[in-house]
Amino acid sequence: MENFTTHTGIGVPLRRSNVDTDQIIPAVYLKRVSRTGFEDGLFAAWRNDETFVLNQPAYRDGSVLVVGPDFGTGSSREHAVWALKDYGFRVVISSRFADIFRGNSGKQGLLAAQVSQDDVELLWKYLDNTPGGEITVDLTAKTVTAGDIVCAFVVDDYTRWRLLEGLDDIGLTMRHEQDVTDFESTRPSWKPVTHSA
Amino acid sequence: MAGTLAEKVWGEHVVRHVDGEPDLLYIDLHLLHEVTSPQAFEGLRIAGRPVRRPDLTLATEDHNVPTTPGPITDPVSKIQVETLRDNCAEFGVRLYPMGDAEQGIVHVVGPQLGLTQPGMTVVCGDSHTSTHGAFGALAFGIGTSEVEHVLATQTLSLNPFRTMAINVTGELQPGVTAKDVILAVIAKIGTGGGQGYVLEYRGEAIEALSMEARMTVCNMSIEAGARAGMIAPDDTTFDYLKGRDHAPAGADWDAAVEHWRTLRSDDDAVFDAEVDIDASTLTPFVTWGTNPAQGSPLGDAVPDPEAMADENERANAAKALEYMGLTAGTPLREVAVDTVFVGSCTNGRIEDLRAVAEVIKGRQVADSVRMLVVPGSARVRLQAEAEGLDQVFTAAGAEWRLPGCSMCLGMNPDTLAPGERSASTSNRNFEGRQGKGGRTHLVSPLVAAATAVRGTLSSPADLELMEGA
Repeated sequence: MENFTTHTGIGVPLRRSNVDTDQIIPAVYLKRVSRTGFEDGLFAAWRNDETFVLNQPAYRDGSVLVVGPDFGTGSSREHAVWALKDYGFRVVISSRFADIFRGNSGKQGLLAAQVSQDDVELLWKYLDNTPGGEITVDLTAKTVTAGDIVCAFVVDDYTRWRLLEGLDDIGLTMRHEQDVTDFESTRPSWKPVTHSA
Repeated sequence: MAGTLAEKVWGEHVVRHVDGEPDLLYIDLHLLHEVTSPQAFEGLRIAGRPVRRPDLTLATEDHNVPTTPGPITDPVSKIQVETLRDNCAEFGVRLYPMGDAEQGIVHVVGPQLGLTQPGMTVVCGDSHTSTHGAFGALAFGIGTSEVEHVLATQTLSLNPFRTMAINVTGELQPGVTAKDVILAVIAKIGTGGGQGYVLEYRGEAIEALSMEARMTVCNMSIEAGARAGMIAPDDTTFDYLKGRDHAPAGADWDAAVEHWRTLRSDDDAVFDAEVDIDASTLTPFVTWGTNPAQGSPLGDAVPDPEAMADENERANAAKALEYMGLTAGTPLREVAVDTVFVGSCTNGRIEDLRAVAEVIKGRQVADSVRMLVVPGSARVRLQAEAEGLDQVFTAAGAEWRLPGCSMCLGMNPDTLAPGERSASTSNRNFEGRQGKGGRTHLVSPLVAAATAVRGTLSSPADLELMEGA
């Protein structure tokens, strides 16, 4: 995974809360078996609306999404993260993320930066007043900077470390393979199997 | 030290614990379907890794499958299903394909085979994996990267979840079901209320539920934002499991039950949060908005966003009503639907179909309504046909279909047209969930059946009034 230390890019204000993963990418785009090329499905229903924020030239090339609470609720589809990344987003700033979405983001190097809703409102106001304005997100310092606004964001320490180092989860776990083998030897014999190995 | 059910099950699966790092948790059962697995298998292939425990892994085809006879006609869906078949063959994973006697929605198949048992950890690349928590298993949805991680290592690296007790006291009134309970819970705590938590449903109203009804409750835990939902195993659980294909037998059964009886929250266990619901006050519950927390008792009217105190909630509700084409103040009972969908991992089991048949029997689906009845699995379908339920549905004018996820998310041809309105026994009323521009009202099987007959959102009691008049 590509590591993440700091990122500066155009901020995109999405003034909605409860943006579920069906809105981020509808099910019809989930039929593909590839891992790339999901950008066309991002916010598909809303992108038909010419007033939608990503259809406005100032925000079209945005890479830092600033959105209301409960972002990424619903379906576990990691396609939501792929769609955001494939479009060009590197950071999502929200006051509350759904658990599975937050986890999926961390695996893919998309930073889910949690700030207070007051800070989201400040950033929205800044981006409305400064269309195309840039936001800098510093993962080392855990700060978001936009114009005169500087605010702290929350990310769990383990995810932060993995993102800073660009570490692959499976590789990390494989270091402890003997622990897994030892654990397996202690499992009760009556635990079910799906078929004989 | 006293522990909750979730903490006990977690504790039994910790492979490695280091302060300041997530726990490495062993996974007892990994379920797969065609939508969230292809990129995970691709990752294994690129890294040259095998599936560590194919014998703890099971795949079914469910999201894309058509519910009318014949092959998949959508070429993209076909490729996805064929990719699953190829991957399962290559990596030695058992697959129940379309047409197989064991095929069905992944969360219906696991329990009916007896693969889902108390105290297990169960994961799937599907947020409704919480369904399996009805057995006292710790079961949760994961993303595709985690699917790959489990395939490769049979573990997940996770921080412990917090625990929330949902105490459902008292007794449900007749005609009020598990679906109404969970919709009321979600409306009470909100779509984000359960974030970071495992919910444990407790209290006499929960203890009185059948296993299938408990699955309905746990299924929708994710709609409250929770990672998982659980119910402590009891004799209802053991009676359901005994004799099933993959349940322990003989001395193993006795050893398992002895252990399973320890899987309950200790009397002095402390939950991180508690919510109380009085079951006796609940009535049939339906959603009016575009998230599962936007629901009201069927007897209410469409709410007025202007009357909502919270600014965010007000804006959300106004957007939702606009999308849903509803006017504040309209009695919910006057909302006419075009389609009724009975099925999904929430309400596609045999008891759900029996409940629908009971209401539909001897009645007719309204001329203005199309009704689809989609069994959750091939077994459910055969059982329903053995009981003659299919005859009841078709005689009433409903369509009796083949098993799959179907109109719950419309990845197969079963979708709503733009502007069409459904009463659906599924789990999500998000914008466009059942088809672009489609409008969804989440309901119980009883309300679905009555709505099909009356043509507007209704409970069975409304039918008796209508027919008595």
